[in-house]
Amino acid sequence: MKALVAVKRVVDFNVKVRVKADRSGVETAGVKMSMNPFDEIGIEEALRLKEKGIVEEVIAVSLGAGQCQETIRTALAMGADRGVLVETDAELQPLAVAKLLKAVVLQENPGIVITGKQAIDDDCNQTGQMLAALLGWPQATFASKLAIAEDHAEVTREVDGGLETIRIRLPAVVTTDLRLNEPRYASLPNIMKAKRKPIAILSPESLGVDVAPRLKTLKVEEPAKRQGGKKVGSVAELVDKLKNEARVI
Amino acid sequence: MAVLVIAEHDNRNLKPASLNALAAASEIARLGGGEIDLLVAGKDCRAVAEKAAKATGPKRVLLAEDAALEHGLAEDLAPLVVALAPSYGHIFAPSTSAGKNLMPRVAALLDVMQISDISAVVALDTFVRPIYAGNALATVQSNDPIKVVTVRGTAFPALSAEGGEATLETVEGKGSAGLSQFLRAELSKSERPELTSARIIISGGRGMQSGENFRLLEVIADRLGAAIGASRAAVDAGFVPNDYQVGQTGKIVAPELYIAVGISGAIQHLAGMKDSKVIVAINKDEEAPIFGVADYGIVGDLFKVLPELDAELARRG
Ligand SMILES: Cc1cc2nc3c(=O)[nH]c(=O)nc-3n(C[C@H](O)[C@H](O)[C@H](O)COP(=O)(O)OP(=O)(O)OC[C@H]3O[C@@H](n4cnc5c(N)ncnc54)[C@H](O)[C@@H]3O)c2cc1C
Ligand SMILES: Nc1ncnc2c1ncn2[C@@H]1O[C@H](COP(=O)(O)O)[C@@H](O)[C@H]1O
Repeated sequence: MKALVAVKRVVDFNVKVRVKADRSGVETAGVKMSMNPFDEIGIEEALRLKEKGIVEEVIAVSLGAGQCQETIRTALAMGADRGVLVETDAELQPLAVAKLLKAVVLQENPGIVITGKQAIDDDCNQTGQMLAALLGWPQATFASKLAIAEDHAEVTREVDGGLETIRIRLPAVVTTDLRLNEPRYASLPNIMKAKRKPIAILSPESLGVDVAPRLKTLKVEEPAKRQGGKKVGSVAELVDKLKNEARVI
Repeated sequence: MAVLVIAEHDNRNLKPASLNALAAASEIARLGGGEIDLLVAGKDCRAVAEKAAKATGPKRVLLAEDAALEHGLAEDLAPLVVALAPSYGHIFAPSTSAGKNLMPRVAALLDVMQISDISAVVALDTFVRPIYAGNALATVQSNDPIKVVTVRGTAFPALSAEGGEATLETVEGKGSAGLSQFLRAELSKSERPELTSARIIISGGRGMQSGENFRLLEVIADRLGAAIGASRAAVDAGFVPNDYQVGQTGKIVAPELYIAVGISGAIQHLAGMKDSKVIVAINKDEEAPIFGVADYGIVGDLFKVLPELDAELARRG
């Protein structure tokens, strides 16, 4: 079967973002962009399924501006076989992304779709679940372990109280949590090879999907700053302050 | 129109996060969004519904009992919520792993956008939500007919579990969709308070060096009645289970007192705890970013500071 993995281009996790002065969003010009960390985990998982002989082909899909090709190239350099870019300069919200992914899924017929649990820019944590809903497929979110056998998968999920294991029918959507695996680095030869792997370019129009945003961002602000930085000289002083100044113990 | 809140429970007890979601829903009610209904969906969970009917906030409690609803599988619960949806302008759930799993599925089936992890209600159609690990706050307005929302618990003080008198009505489950099946759960057992509702939390990071060393935090937690948390590095290293993780992709907490021990203070960790009322940091590196948000910092070796802290707390009683 094929594995389709969604890879989003986001502001790198090490960047401390700054809100724009006009409060329209955060500054992304000149900021380092990377693949969403959860999507690296998704690609890694798909590659491991391929190495086990369960998956024949790994397809990396990204949606957004032309620069998302770089994100797809990163996935190809890790070992994905080919890429699909749904190119648009429009703002894409998770519902629109899920509809576009559904259209790609209907063309490619994968046995499994892997998305990240959450994009670290919008922190939505929605797309995988929405895609599963639109396809009428099962969903295994926040996966920390994935085992595939014939027509089903057993997935261990990270939930609030600990871990939960479910069995889902395939095809299905799986969303990755941090501890599913540790993504590999692309080797130099693989980076070179990736340059020759194909990337198909589609558009929301060619897929017949209306991507008009449903949420309007009225403003983006900086949260209130904490006044931190004070130090105390001893444990006795700390306990005293917690009791008599902060009154929290 | 009315507001539907999805209760979180384990078929025996209502989870406290439900009361935070009710608090957000009551702001909608106050703005004219209609009365609040609380859905308790599960298996053999009438007792939960009866207890929930005493919470302040809901006018009605809807009880759906169905074997397929025992474990809250989204594939089986979403169709029920979707069937109820036409009577509501808002559907709220706590922003917990269960709520995050369910609500986008509900929203997509209704062809509406979901609004994740709101920290404030501005108007019936307008909400504030943190983005970029809480480094920015977006105010968003929805033009969808039904607002499907998950609620950040720490931003809405829980309504009281007592004092209300909702009526109880039963609704039919939708059976099993046959797509997924619960196999087993390995839940952390602890006598300590739950992280997301604890008044005091003491968290350990990579600096703890091992799971055994978390014992040093446990004795202090016992003295203070605190919950224990951790950084991602401590969880990844296997010191403690995954459900201890505080941060952007773990739990969001805002206790009265948060004590960070051997934690550097990466933005992803700060995202989960920087709304705590008082923050204490214990770290041997005086440049560690955690000190930037700490009200009281102690620069020192945790293996020396923690036993001292324990002794001092014992002495002062
Ligand atoms: C997509 C993504 C999501 C993430 N989500 C989260 C999240 O939800 N939560 C989270 O916590 N992290 C998260 N992270 C990881 C985060 O970036 C940091 O790597 C992590 O928080 C570091 O944990 P730490 O502070 O324990 O370890 P380190 O950064 O290694 O810090 C250890 C600290 O311990 C101190 N120390 C060591 N020994 C001692 C001693 N003897 N006495 C006193 N101090 C000592 C050191 O000075 C240092 O400051 C995420 C990362 C990514 C990429
Ligand atoms: N524009 C996009 N391109 C590719 N994948 C995306 C995009 N948006 C969301 N995704 C996928 O959906 C996951 C969750 O995103 P979100 O629901 O926005 O938090 C991400 O980790 C990606 O796998």
